[in-house]
Amino acid sequence: MKTLMKFAGIAASLVLLSACTTTGPDVDATAGAGTDVASGPTGPVPGSQADLEESAGHRVFFAFNEYTLTPQAQAVLSRQAAWLQEYPETRIKLAGNCDERGTREYNFALGARRAEAARAYLVSLGVDAARITTVSYGKERPLDPRSTEDAWSLNRNSTTTISAAGA
Amino acid sequence: MPRLLTILLTIFVVSAPLSAGAKVTIDITQGNVDPMPIAVPDFLGADDATSELRHDLTKVLMNDLDRSGLFKVIDQRAYIMGDDMGVNVRPTFPNWRLINAQVLIVGEVVELDDGRIQVSTRIWDIYADEQIGAVAFKTPADNWRRAAHKVADFAYKALTGESGYFDTRIVFVHETGPKEKRIKRLMIMDQDGANPVPLTDGLNYQALTPRFSPTQQQITYMALFDNRPGQVYLFNIETGEQEQLGTFRGMTFAPRFSPDGRQVLLSVERHGNSDVFKMDLATRRLTRLTDHPAIDVSPSMSPDGRRISFTSDRGGSQQIYVMNADGSKQKRITFGEGRYQTPVWSPRGDLIAFTRQYRGRFYIGVIRPDGTGERLLTESYLEEGPTWAPNGRVLMFYRQTPSRRNGKGGGASLWSVDLTGRNVRLVRTPGDASDPAWSPLLP
Repeated sequence: MKTLMKFAGIAASLVLLSACTTTGPDVDATAGAGTDVASGPTGPVPGSQADLEESAGHRVFFAFNEYTLTPQAQAVLSRQAAWLQEYPETRIKLAGNCDERGTREYNFALGARRAEAARAYLVSLGVDAARITTVSYGKERPLDPRSTEDAWSLNRNSTTTISAAGA
Repeated sequence: MPRLLTILLTIFVVSAPLSAGAKVTIDITQGNVDPMPIAVPDFLGADDATSELRHDLTKVLMNDLDRSGLFKVIDQRAYIMGDDMGVNVRPTFPNWRLINAQVLIVGEVVELDDGRIQVSTRIWDIYADEQIGAVAFKTPADNWRRAAHKVADFAYKALTGESGYFDTRIVFVHETGPKEKRIKRLMIMDQDGANPVPLTDGLNYQALTPRFSPTQQQITYMALFDNRPGQVYLFNIETGEQEQLGTFRGMTFAPRFSPDGRQVLLSVERHGNSDVFKMDLATRRLTRLTDHPAIDVSPSMSPDGRRISFTSDRGGSQQIYVMNADGSKQKRITFGEGRYQTPVWSPRGDLIAFTRQYRGRFYIGVIRPDGTGERLLTESYLEEGPTWAPNGRVLMFYRQTPSRRNGKGGGASLWSVDLTGRNVRLVRTPGDASDPAWSPLLP
């Protein structure tokens, strides 16, 4: 199920809206799957992982062997920052991931770079650094198991998950 | 946690004259196109009770020699066996010349009163009509595989002048499940794939990049967790005891023992940046070796303990660097196209093995520590993680195949290759396997 990004109601995202695109790797085929929120006409529970994924997007993508944030990635993170302002008790984990076209050890370092790039951007937008933890999974947790350019693009990411929900 | 027993082998030299100088020798540095033809009849024995054991032991020995690529074991059906064959009998040399055997290995297994077996072996030079060497081991009967590997190591050394690598073990990552949810746990097995035993259960973390201590039955590896950064652990494979190596806020990874076994080199990540450190195991004192905003990873120390190779992307792409053991004089040694990673210093000191990515393919290669003499040995869609046999003549590594279009497949397997690059062999494992780590020769 494809989940289209929602931009509504988040001021911080407006300035970067022009850089957003609903095509390309920012559209995550797996977003919204496997969450703990019942689906229904009312939509995801506010403040939940599903809400984060629908309202802001929980994943940003990187070019091959890169850890710099693309404009699209910055837009997603800006929406995440605004969302996190709405739920100030919520803590998040950023997980950096890599495609399989690298060695295990280097990819752990590269994944750490990607998570850190996302973390630093969120902090620069005012998110308290104490709310964020980072991990690198290297190339060990691919989203897409195929050995294709599309799969590799998807697997080069930093993924935001809620590690402790707000009260 | 299964406890792995260490079984001591009593080694003694058969009381018989050794020849002054064998004429049959193999120069393993030259890359033999034609392996040496060698005859290995089933080990002899008076007792029928040992006949199956003798046959199996001979098979293990033959397999070791064959897989080295240096020897070609002649089909046993071609042998002309005289009635007077014995480990203490001079062979009828013309019978072996007739089938073009250059070397004959004759062995014998005797059951001892205390339940042990004695395995005696003599190696003969067929063309010089003389003995090359003789050796015998006493060991518990259920330890016959190790006795076979010891005989293979003895033969390898007698015929090449180099120490063997057959009585060794491999720790590796055993992989099960779909690629996006793969269970990765440590296993240990004999060098030839026999006796696989799981070391970790794979439930709460993925175990990756194991490395053997060069001096003890101990490994170091990285445990990858879901909710906290991956950490380096020490694992005693005799007792099953584990401990995290130090306390770090960031990730620790890419561990490797120093050649004396007293230190672990590793990468420590802090705020997204990875640098190389070393930790003294006795004092747990941590010393920073690199301090660079680029990624510094995959350290490996030279056997004399004086230098360290590592991967860095400080020059824009991943390349191999060498520095002094204290971190001084960091110098880039690879300049080829593509990316050079996972440098591993040979136990002989003469070469550094590496993984190279180049135009969409992966290669295992070797290069001299001064950056000259690069040679690529193998190539595939994805291969990495070389580990040296203790004699520095053979490498093991892992290969991953591309997944099929439906995302299935993409399995990993262990391979070995000698320094000529000609002798590439699949290593038998129970299921998918990656990240091999070769043990030192067992005591």
